[in-house]
Amino acid sequence: MTERVVKVGFIPLVDAAPLIVAQEMGFAAQEGLQLDLIRTPSWSALRELLSMGSLEAAHMLAPIPIATALGLGGDKTRFAAISVLSVNGNVAGVSGALAQRLRENGHTFDFQNAASAGQALLSAANDTLRIGVPFPFSMHTVLLQYWLSSLGVDALEKVEIKTIPPRLMPDAIKAGEIDAFCVGEPWGTSAVENGVGELLLPTQAIWSFAPEKVIAVREDWLAQEEQVAHRLVRAVWRAGRWLADPASRPLTSELLARPEYLDLPAEWLDRPLSGRLVINAKGDERDTNAFLAFHEGAATFPWKSQAEWIGSQLARRHGLAQDAARRQAANVFRSDVHRAALAQTTADLPSASSKTEGALGSEEGAGSVGGRLTLARNLFFDGQIFDPNAGE
Amino acid sequence: MSDRLSIVVLEQNSERARLIADSLGAACVCDVHVLSDVTGIARQIQMRQPDVVLIDIENPSRDTLEEMALATGPLERPVAMFVDREKDGLSAAAIEAGVSAYVVDGLQPDRLKAILDAAITRFNMFRRMRLELAETKRALEERKTIDRAKGMVMKARGVSEDEAYGILRKAAMDQGKRLAEVAAALVTAAGLLS
Repeated sequence: MTERVVKVGFIPLVDAAPLIVAQEMGFAAQEGLQLDLIRTPSWSALRELLSMGSLEAAHMLAPIPIATALGLGGDKTRFAAISVLSVNGNVAGVSGALAQRLRENGHTFDFQNAASAGQALLSAANDTLRIGVPFPFSMHTVLLQYWLSSLGVDALEKVEIKTIPPRLMPDAIKAGEIDAFCVGEPWGTSAVENGVGELLLPTQAIWSFAPEKVIAVREDWLAQEEQVAHRLVRAVWRAGRWLADPASRPLTSELLARPEYLDLPAEWLDRPLSGRLVINAKGDERDTNAFLAFHEGAATFPWKSQAEWIGSQLARRHGLAQDAARRQAANVFRSDVHRAALAQTTADLPSASSKTEGALGSEEGAGSVGGRLTLARNLFFDGQIFDPNAGE
Repeated sequence: MSDRLSIVVLEQNSERARLIADSLGAACVCDVHVLSDVTGIARQIQMRQPDVVLIDIENPSRDTLEEMALATGPLERPVAMFVDREKDGLSAAAIEAGVSAYVVDGLQPDRLKAILDAAITRFNMFRRMRLELAETKRALEERKTIDRAKGMVMKARGVSEDEAYGILRKAAMDQGKRLAEVAAALVTAAGLLS
């Protein structure tokens, strides 16, 4: 059988792992696919290449297809998210100077408590707290705004969020352009290794189960190539299951470290994969629970309620109507496609396509087709509950 | 909007920047300003208020431009990524050439077309040069690897240079591989064993 070649764009980040593993470990071949993985230099270029048809699928920040559906950001193409690729995996960090001030004020860098870390950050900053993020439509931006705005009515007024490509973040810190940053791994680890910053908080301390990247395709492509889309979902789902086995970790770091993928030391990549991060140049380590999930707790399932939460946050920041934004956002996360793709596999899928976000204090069994599904802890740091069935 | 268009080109390589500026200057009545420093580009662009921003698709700083598409303040001008799939495939040609354009709302299409045409021609030339350079480099490296492999075969089997070359070429043909691949495999294997 000749393999169907699928051009898939990715950004060199640890959470591109399911796509890389699907190709390298034969999960794509098992579905008769060959993933032509194309490394792209920026999120805008990636979106543009997907939109213009140079790519068929892309590793994409979960808020990008949603923002596009809401009419934000210029591109008018309709995208669909057919799988969540990864959950969590970002870190917030601060410049060396700001870290010093935080310590002088008695902050302990516990790497857990988002409320105390946020308060400490706001009070240690000068007039304006300038935070670098990789892209305006990113979980980084959405979670930062959610986090800091929950800490005070005017908190966001002293915060300036700036888009800076992670690779250039160290220069921006050195040039005094930003005081803090929020990035996906390995860029937090890279900031520590380059001695320009210290890590303050993993973003799962803000929302413990945040969809981070998705597999995005064009809606018109999906309509024409549904079977290929299903095969892609299955291949990547199996790659995620393989990644969830701790025994796969050493090989994963080696694969990702290759020049054609991340081109970085494997030792750096092992940290986010194991969840044990080095947070400063002294080598202090912090263990995090579920730092980056590819499989556990139905991680790949694109819940309509996740999309609605993101849509609701974007609407709030960009002055759009809540109801319409939530409806448009929900349409982007294609739980129907994901479900159809995995129907004939051993994957145990949730019976519902939408759930209350922020209401699970611990792992819990959930209604599912096979009856064996356990959902992961799902809490917002401020205890808010997002009910997709309730209006604003 | 004044009659002269203001164009900002983001390009770190000064030689390339000069060539782009020359091409654009010849194609339109415009002021071309080159930004080569990637730090603080959002601020510099806001200060200049250009009608068009051109950027290499390989430049990671593109994501910073995305922020300008969100400009909502009264003094800020909305800048959108230029996409027109329907018309004449101009943006497809641009992407193919490796250049992206951000354009202020309301710019006349014919004026934009002249600018983009010039930019596309120039970027296509750069791309060809880059490909040729990469190709030359690769050929040179392959030649080196083949020479090393040849030397190894000569030493191990006590044959002449021509015979060693023949052995390698036959191995490549038998395995349906390129000569350079077989040579590289031999060199790598030898490295592991020594």
